[in-house]
Amino acid sequence: MKLTLTIWRQKDPGAKGKFVRYPMDNVNPEMSMLECLDVLNESLAERGEEPVAFEHDCREGICGSCGFMISGVAHGPLPATTVCQLTMRHFKDGEELVLEPWRSRSFPFVKDLVVDRRAFDRIIQAGGYVSVSTGNAPDGNAIPVGKEEADRAMDAAACIGCGACVAACPNGSAALFTGAKIAHLGILPQGQPERDRRAVRMVAQMHAEGFGSCTNIGECTGVCPKEIPLEVIARMNHDYLYGAWRERRQVVTTIAPATDWEFGKK
Amino acid sequence: MSTAVASPRENRAPGFWGSTNGRKAVMAVTGFILFLFVIGHLLGNLQVFDGPVRLNAYGRFLHNLGELLWIVRGILILCVVLHIWATFVLWRRNRDARPIGYQVKKSVASSYADRTMYWSGPIVLAFVIFHLLEFTSGTIHPESRFIPGDVYHNVVAGFSVWWVSAWYIFALILLGMHLRHGLWSMFQSLGLNHPRHTPVLKQAALWIAILITAGYISIPVSVLAGWVR
Repeated sequence: MKLTLTIWRQKDPGAKGKFVRYPMDNVNPEMSMLECLDVLNESLAERGEEPVAFEHDCREGICGSCGFMISGVAHGPLPATTVCQLTMRHFKDGEELVLEPWRSRSFPFVKDLVVDRRAFDRIIQAGGYVSVSTGNAPDGNAIPVGKEEADRAMDAAACIGCGACVAACPNGSAALFTGAKIAHLGILPQGQPERDRRAVRMVAQMHAEGFGSCTNIGECTGVCPKEIPLEVIARMNHDYLYGAWRERRQVVTTIAPATDWEFGKK
Repeated sequence: MSTAVASPRENRAPGFWGSTNGRKAVMAVTGFILFLFVIGHLLGNLQVFDGPVRLNAYGRFLHNLGELLWIVRGILILCVVLHIWATFVLWRRNRDARPIGYQVKKSVASSYADRTMYWSGPIVLAFVIFHLLEFTSGTIHPESRFIPGDVYHNVVAGFSVWWVSAWYIFALILLGMHLRHGLWSMFQSLGLNHPRHTPVLKQAALWIAILITAGYISIPVSVLAGWVR
């Protein structure tokens, strides 16, 4: 099949970026979007041009490395799919696709389709530890967990941190990500001792990173490759509101959101 | 790749009033109080169908409340101010969160009402100001004389002007859209979401918004049609 890829090309954060059109004549419909870019990059390398930079790792939709906008939708038009799992047969022959990186102040631009998502790591880091007894591996059923709780925690824990929620949100909010991280520990009995503190700190870090606010419209859930439900955001709000009151005497500090790219030294 | 670089941004954590979540909670609570007013105001207004005696008596009753009326008005004004403050600071933050926009951007999950809250809100505010000037203070009362105390006359005379009614109907449809999102969104902002109840709540929000809009619009429509004279 034939496709035209219009890709955002930008050498580095300081350079001026532009869209470049790449017509592709021989696209195998069974290829994934990333394999399609691999094929394009091969031909670019043969011509002596700079290949298109994009992030990837497992290519089976579970690592959260890959992701970019395809014609205005994060991870492309197929629901519950990362770009590595999106096969080209879902596009029409002759279609023109516009590939853009995630756009967010909190995800500093790196190159072409790559952005720096370490803001997410710092939110997780801010959450701190979970109390577990050291020593031998605990008995598997020592702490009873209800089936429904286990399922809801697992739904939240399915988050792979790809950043599509931020990219799709018109407000650039990281509420779905932070909500998923707060919910998946907050639902389980093991997460109860630090529940208040964790919510307050992760929300504080989310704020410090400069993410926008949630308006509950659900664009994030719509593009989430793991279909994290909007419920986790309510969970975050709930835990934050209670936690902010109960932890009101605690001094909460955040981790400085500094990246090398911001300061121009690589 | 070290992250140990001095940051130009401050690393003091925001408190309740500074955090996005806290501000959304403020928006939800104030929105709920304003929703209660919208219901009460509708029930009061529908007495127009009971004739001039009943409506004017209701108007006198409200004015005779004295200090209590001003307490309620004060709470409502405070809610409006806080609601707008929370919206404004969050809107500014959200605008800054994406300095470079997308070339192509599609919406996949949100409704039209969800996406137009930033528009329906200010237009409804403009309408409320106009509405107060027309029916409470009587400063603007086109094509007829405003008679303080004769609520029924003021309503009929006011809505007999076609563009006043048109503007009223337009603003009320926008209020309905605002409520369609806000009525379930406030629960989400306050941390109440349930896999079974929230879909019901969303449907309920839609129908309550339709009923409220229909209830309010029935008044200018009845005046224009000549049913209420």
